[in-house]
Amino acid sequence: MVEARAASFKTRSIKTSAKLAGLRLAMRMVDLTTLEGKDSPEKVRSLCRKAARPGDGVLGVGDAPSVAAVCVYPSMVPVAREALGESGVKVASVATGFPSGQYPLAVRIRDTEEAVRDGADEIDMVINRGAFHAGRFEEVAREIREFKAVCNASGSLGGNAREHVHLKVILETGELDTYDNVRRASDLAIEALLYDGGEGPAGTGFIKTSTGKVAPAATMPVTLVMLEAIRDCYLGTGKMIGMKPAGGIRASKEALHYLVMVKETLGDRWLDPDWFRFGASALLNDLLRQMSRHGEGEGKGKYAARYDFSEA
Amino acid sequence: MSPELRTQDKSGNGALAVRDGGQAAVRRSGPGTNAPGLDFGLAWNYAPAPETAKVSIVDRYGLFINGKFVKPSGAGSGHFATINPANEKQLSEIAQGSPKDVDSAVKAARAALPKWAGLKASERGKFLFRIARRIQERARELAILETMDGGKPIRESRDVDVPLAAQHFFYHAGWADKLEYAFPGGGGIGFQPMDGRGGGGKQRRTGWKPVPLGVCGQIIPWNFPLLMAAWKLAPALACGNTCVLKPAETTSLTALRLAEILDEVGLPPGVVNIVTGDGSTGAALVNHAGVDKIAFTGSTDVGKRIAKAVAGTEKKLTLELGGKSANIIFDDASIDQAVEGIIQGIYFNQGHVCCAGSRLFVQESIVDEVVAKLTVRLASLRVGDPLDKNTDLGAINSRPQLEKIQQYLELGAGEGAELHIPGPQGGKAGRQQGTKEIVKCSQAGLPDKGFWCRPCFFSGVQPSHMIAREEIFGPVLAVMTFRTPEEAITRANNTPYGLAAGVWTDKGSKIFEVAKKLEAGVVWLNTYNRFDAASPFGGFKESGFGREGGKQGLRAYVHLD
Repeated sequence: MVEARAASFKTRSIKTSAKLAGLRLAMRMVDLTTLEGKDSPEKVRSLCRKAARPGDGVLGVGDAPSVAAVCVYPSMVPVAREALGESGVKVASVATGFPSGQYPLAVRIRDTEEAVRDGADEIDMVINRGAFHAGRFEEVAREIREFKAVCNASGSLGGNAREHVHLKVILETGELDTYDNVRRASDLAIEALLYDGGEGPAGTGFIKTSTGKVAPAATMPVTLVMLEAIRDCYLGTGKMIGMKPAGGIRASKEALHYLVMVKETLGDRWLDPDWFRFGASALLNDLLRQMSRHGEGEGKGKYAARYDFSEA
Repeated sequence: MSPELRTQDKSGNGALAVRDGGQAAVRRSGPGTNAPGLDFGLAWNYAPAPETAKVSIVDRYGLFINGKFVKPSGAGSGHFATINPANEKQLSEIAQGSPKDVDSAVKAARAALPKWAGLKASERGKFLFRIARRIQERARELAILETMDGGKPIRESRDVDVPLAAQHFFYHAGWADKLEYAFPGGGGIGFQPMDGRGGGGKQRRTGWKPVPLGVCGQIIPWNFPLLMAAWKLAPALACGNTCVLKPAETTSLTALRLAEILDEVGLPPGVVNIVTGDGSTGAALVNHAGVDKIAFTGSTDVGKRIAKAVAGTEKKLTLELGGKSANIIFDDASIDQAVEGIIQGIYFNQGHVCCAGSRLFVQESIVDEVVAKLTVRLASLRVGDPLDKNTDLGAINSRPQLEKIQQYLELGAGEGAELHIPGPQGGKAGRQQGTKEIVKCSQAGLPDKGFWCRPCFFSGVQPSHMIAREEIFGPVLAVMTFRTPEEAITRANNTPYGLAAGVWTDKGSKIFEVAKKLEAGVVWLNTYNRFDAASPFGGFKESGFGREGGKQGLRAYVHLD
């Protein structure tokens, strides 16, 4: 049923004004991501520029909203921090031994602290899948709590540390294999995120599907299972948890399907970048293309070519 | 809507709260928890997405007899209006077939029988293949017509009704030349179709292969007009029978469009005749001496009358009647999946489904959670214009049906059950409220014209309540509880009906144990309302006899003994 239900969202017909509004909303939810070994400061700088002013140079979408965040490796946090300044676009950094998490806990904590000290607004952590599969759930939860504590204590870390650092917990669902595991990991992560009641400077936090380094990355059924965990948490405790599907979402149409799923599973309050994000890179240009085509500007009715967009 | 907060104590299960005004919530027992609601409001509202393709509908339709559309004639004939239940506008005028028209149709079917039954079986199969393909080619038009005439949402007629109708013809096309493999050794005495019943046909042993029954009178309901026509016609034709089909009074348009398709594919005249009209037309067909078999899908009341009418004749009979099917949810089920199954089970096609899971049995320990999740999920359903591609629930099929549903809403509240009508504009009607308030609540936010009822459910239902015993045939669910599997089975079987059931548990052994004890023709396990032409469908007890679909369905259209 979970797959049938997830597929049913794709049959919604999103047209005209709803489509345009959906595209703009999706754009505001993008965590524009580059996570490659060959990432250069220059590439990160151009990505930051694109994140803050995505519509520059694209016909008819000069008013495109900026995206939610730029997501980079810890070594690029200072570059992104400087480039983004106070543009409102957040600096997100993967940490905790991304993407495998196969490092000693002390190293992963240090990794997180460095990223926070360098000015990251958001930390995307990976859970310890080895411990999860071995059934050591408490160990997984304890580690999440420790990373959350680092975020809560960002003020004491000095450097460029931000006052509020939010935590996103990556389950790496592609390695969890079953929906039951996804649900169990979601519940576990949510509970760990709420150990401080969600009242600390780090707020409650997000759960996130994937690193993007493992296939399959985000899928709609997996995201639905995680949204249901978030819903049940909310109905039981009144605490909102954020959701971030990441990896594999490239087309605007897919993004709209995800938004439909959020709207019909969690309702209106989650239709906000504070509570829902897309971890993506290629998606942004397709959103721009569709906005240009469906908008009222010069691009109306035209289908922009690939070379009409900047790469980053 | 006022944000009124009502609480109700549920037999020691903790307090349950449902908030009005577009928000539904659960309050779990325990200190310090508040009761938030999910807000399925207007943020990022979907723009209207109506199906805009135009379909042609003529002002007045005739009867399809002997390959031609003819005017009704004889005493009692005439025309009546058929309307769009979503706006009450007249779509067309349908012919009222008289006993004389029925007689002409039966005679045409009789005359066509020898040639059709004698046709090389693979050639008969080809006709069925062609019909199936033509249904696919004209799928969009048929879906729109079905939605306009019956009120069901376009996403259902487009994704379920029409594809399944085509599938039935495809499936049975394959059987046409393989009947002796379907019934090995099944040769027997059959009416030699060459002789014809009318001419005092003789019984003769055919020896080696199944033979057709002859002329089949088929009477179908208004809930799945095209699909039911396919269920009836496809197996009959595959086995070499000829047919007289009587569509339901309120929903004849797609059957008449199917007549056009039959004509397009060159089906010989008289093989299928379609006689529209009301109950009297159906009665004339049932009572006609030239009919060899009656197949009826509809209410148990009418089914009983038909059974009486054909008793003592040589007519064969299959009946697919009403239901009050149980959906049983154990505490070890995947609750979110089960909630989807409940929705699929009772609100599909506005609950106008004979096998609808209209009685929900929830294990006591999870009833609060199930009710809360059901409330949230119901609030997210989109009710309205059936032609809008984003509509989940469309219009109730007719005014009499709407009135019947409303009577049950009032009755259930009067019996002491709690009525929940979640939704953006919905609310909750309690037992103290009068009929007017209940009806108003069930139509909140819906157009003035047309026949509407929001999806809703009763909690705190006792098995003796009328809403738990009688078929409502609308988007109304009765929620009950049980403690042990034995109790679940006993309660589920405590009904005159026995069409379908659903079982939800993640435990395999429990699935099989419960399924084999349920008195129902179809038992769905961790799913509901799934149909396939290869799967037999039919009932126990007062839900009828005979099966449709699969090899078992073919059995009802051949002589083997």
